[in-house]
Amino acid sequence: MKQTPAPRSLPASIDATLDLLATADYLADRSLATVLFLALKMGRPLFLEGEAGVGKTEIAKVLSSTLGRRLIRLQCYEGLDVAAAVYEWNYAAQMIAIRVAEAEGAHDRGRLESDVFSERFLIKRPLLQALEPDPAGAPVLLIDELDRADEAFEAFLLEVLADFAVTVPELGTVKAAQPPIVVITSNRTREIHDALKRRCLYHWVGYPNAERELKIVRAKVPGIGKALSEQVVHFVQALRKEDMFKAPGVAETLDWAAALTELDAVALDPATVSDTLGVLLKYQDDIARIEGSKAKELLDDVRAQLRAAE
Amino acid sequence: MAEQSGRLAENIVYFARALRAAGIPVGPGAVLDALAAVDAAGVGTRDDFYWTLHAVFVKRHEHSVLFEQAFRIFFRRRGYLDQLLASMLPQTPGKEEETPKPGAQRVQEALLSGLAETERPKPDVEVDARLTVSDREVLQRKDFAQMSAAEIAAAKDAIKRLVLSLDEVKTRRLAPHRHGHLIDIRRTLRASLKAGGAVIDLKYLGPRTKSPPIVALLDISGSMSQYTRLFLHFLHAVTDARKRVHTFLFGTRLTNVTRALKAKDPDEALAACSANVADWSGGTRIATSLHAFNKLWARRVLTQGAIVLLITDGLERDPDDRLAFEIDRLHRSCRRLIWLNPLLRFSGFEAKAKGIRTMVPHVDELRPIHNLESMAGLVQALSERGARAGDPKAWLEKVA
Repeated sequence: MKQTPAPRSLPASIDATLDLLATADYLADRSLATVLFLALKMGRPLFLEGEAGVGKTEIAKVLSSTLGRRLIRLQCYEGLDVAAAVYEWNYAAQMIAIRVAEAEGAHDRGRLESDVFSERFLIKRPLLQALEPDPAGAPVLLIDELDRADEAFEAFLLEVLADFAVTVPELGTVKAAQPPIVVITSNRTREIHDALKRRCLYHWVGYPNAERELKIVRAKVPGIGKALSEQVVHFVQALRKEDMFKAPGVAETLDWAAALTELDAVALDPATVSDTLGVLLKYQDDIARIEGSKAKELLDDVRAQLRAAE
Repeated sequence: MAEQSGRLAENIVYFARALRAAGIPVGPGAVLDALAAVDAAGVGTRDDFYWTLHAVFVKRHEHSVLFEQAFRIFFRRRGYLDQLLASMLPQTPGKEEETPKPGAQRVQEALLSGLAETERPKPDVEVDARLTVSDREVLQRKDFAQMSAAEIAAAKDAIKRLVLSLDEVKTRRLAPHRHGHLIDIRRTLRASLKAGGAVIDLKYLGPRTKSPPIVALLDISGSMSQYTRLFLHFLHAVTDARKRVHTFLFGTRLTNVTRALKAKDPDEALAACSANVADWSGGTRIATSLHAFNKLWARRVLTQGAIVLLITDGLERDPDDRLAFEIDRLHRSCRRLIWLNPLLRFSGFEAKAKGIRTMVPHVDELRPIHNLESMAGLVQALSERGARAGDPKAWLEKVA
């Protein structure tokens, strides 16, 4: 178990939500804080959509650490089924139990069955874990990249999110005494069904503006200089305005800033930009477009812009 | 205060109605949620109020713009929110800028024209569907472009009756299977318990199969105009049968009409399509449209082994390198790219136009689609795996 601070009560207002996130260096904008506050207050799942690398998953992690709740993560993938998401029986142990019962000469079939399908042999997967009571308060359930799972799983999730209960045929229904804090993220590689979204509070997490991104970079990359951080942020912001196949997210900005700090750069120059572009852009076509003269052009614009601001 | 919150509730109800008129699906449940949310958040600043309602009413990123416009117009016109907020806050909200934003037109129309939009009367077309066998045969071979209104109606009927056999791909999901390759321990154990654990009768799991998604990109430019309506009927029939079908129309720009085509009634679906599209029968910008598709949609709809049907005559207005680049990217991101070209109806068709020559090397199959017979052929091809009937290289060789 990770070391977690003492459990804290849920924030009482939008401002308190903002402050709570800020204590873990998550600088949210007010719209996100509003949705988050409402989700916590109304006990509804929070559905976050947005491009990759804008900090969707991070919200759940920050919530768990600041509220002192346990984080339960369910990473979705195609073919995700009940055995991997909810529960599975420990078959090997069951087999042994059956053999032992046989060796002892037990022939009561009903008792054998109720013994074998008892909680002792149940392996709990994330969704079932999330429904269990926790002394620190209801856990944070992160259902990550729901768009990767197939429609069948989505339909199942609908049932779980409606009444926070799961039925194990052999054991009965497990219902959460206190519903978990649910955060669902999606990269929108496919459309999630409306029925599921209807049960959630929806928010599109966009790219931050330059001012906020600068704060994020300075909070997350401590060793970075003032000039470099400004140039990095403005360069990335300019890059997002270009017609990219995949624009860089905040995660890429942070990676880039960290990489440049490691290289002991104090300011951006065209050569460094071209050399480290792979940290920022992940498609060869995008890199080929920006490398060289285009990078220099963007950089000149950024410098001029920063000089004008001074 | 009680009276004020009563008026606020009333306003939220009216606002929800306005959103519905602007095209955001808002159910009565969402209205109740909104009331609860406003209650929970408390009426603070205009911004908080905005995002509170946004959290409840907006369920799709595209609706954000509509919501913003609706919010501005609604609460400006009624002026209620400002009064309410002004009475609770020392400062009054700042002035709004007056530049029109995308979506403003649509919302403004929806809000101001009221709900009195009259439905256009449907033209009464009497169709004599009792065709003789030979009539039907003629119909099968007749080019869509040369059909009379009655024949088109009969063709639509025939399209409705096309049997769509299902091409299936393996998914990662497992299902009970008689000859599967994995042991289903759960079922095995349960079955063996029935016999008291004495006999272990193995049960198996195998991959579940599913028909792959189909993505259709339909050219609606002027040169294709005689075909587009029937193709839409065809796509509607496919949508109805296959469920996972995405349809995009393009002329000078790309429009997603998947939702419109989901309507059960084909005429209703087509009417909804036409309402969505602004560039019927204009020019073609294939490269631009493909670029938009690759950038905005490819990663969202081309999953799980999707088949792409590209329906165009390939007569690009300004062919350049971009076309080759975009079609190549499209080809690389789907399982099978089938180009349906009505121009292939001419037996002497040669891939001479530059746009066509650019695109042919990048498609898996090039097929004609100009009459019912070729449509049936396409359906056949969709259900076969790796059919090489429409090998595009043959068309290139013809010219070389």
